[in-house]
Amino acid sequence: MDMKVSFRHPRLPEQLALDDQDQALIMLLQTGLSLSMSPYAELGRRLGMDEEEVISRIENLVDRNIIKRFGVVVRHHELGYRANAMVVWDIPDDRISDLGPCMGQFDFVTLCYRRPRCLPAWPYNLFTMIHGRDRDDVLDNVELLAARCGLDDLQYDVLFSIRRFKQRGAIYRKVEKSD
Amino acid sequence: MHRVNTDIEQFRTCQLNSLEKRLLNEFQHGFPLIPRPFQKIAEELDVTEQVVIETLENLQSQGFVSRVGAVFRANSIGASTLAAMALPEQQLEEVAAMICEYSEVNHNYQRNHDFNLWFVLTARDEQALNAVLDDIEQRSGFPVMYLPMEEDFHIDLGFDLSWT
Repeated sequence: MDMKVSFRHPRLPEQLALDDQDQALIMLLQTGLSLSMSPYAELGRRLGMDEEEVISRIENLVDRNIIKRFGVVVRHHELGYRANAMVVWDIPDDRISDLGPCMGQFDFVTLCYRRPRCLPAWPYNLFTMIHGRDRDDVLDNVELLAARCGLDDLQYDVLFSIRRFKQRGAIYRKVEKSD
Repeated sequence: MHRVNTDIEQFRTCQLNSLEKRLLNEFQHGFPLIPRPFQKIAEELDVTEQVVIETLENLQSQGFVSRVGAVFRANSIGASTLAAMALPEQQLEEVAAMICEYSEVNHNYQRNHDFNLWFVLTARDEQALNAVLDDIEQRSGFPVMYLPMEEDFHIDLGFDLSWT
């Protein structure tokens, strides 16, 4: 592989328009709701909005699919699902709109994204994160996925993590410090 | 490959009671958007609001629950991308450590492939993201392959913990 080639891809998905109050709400929501009787009213106090507006803004973010899911966020690793692999697939462009949603519906698939290929070094255009109790369980799930969605003729690769150097939640916007 | 039997986390999950299991498994999506959400959950589980709140606090302090709240769609706020580098084995650790220094990097893994270092970058906008990518290339002397998400096919309903 010629490492002098830059693999830089120029395009990023366009960002969605959010007003200042949505942005402030999102910033506070990153750390989760307070575990108290009236968590939305509490968010409202910090944002200078009433409870009703906080709730309707969250509903709106859910409707627009900016919030994919609202609820209890568990830690897989701590709950015994200790293995995961990034499984990458080379899906013909004309099949991806059928196969992507098929693969994305399984609960052991926690990410299912189309990304650009970088030929010739990188032929894969669909990225899935597949979880299991251990590596064998992950590989069983890969086989199950291939069988259910009809992927047997496609090239794929399983990338297990060897070492974790860093893992934390994304910080989209800096959380204001109180000090 | 063998399984380690004296696994502390495995042992701890066996100690969860049925209320804890239901709180972990049944409220991962569709959390009530009403003034007293924990009261609504308490009614469904036939316990008091205070018990729901205390149980969630315990699950959080034990590390089983990361938070109660929103999972955002990638790239709906800010700009982010997956990035990979193919590094010689002897330089991997040094470059990985350098990449971890950036506050924009939130995941960074070694994986079993020619592209052996994989990380996720998130910044306030595309310009800020490109600045970090340029900086990493310049400091490491290696190109970065970057693979921004183009379409999300995942239907996120949470993760079925399927207790056995």
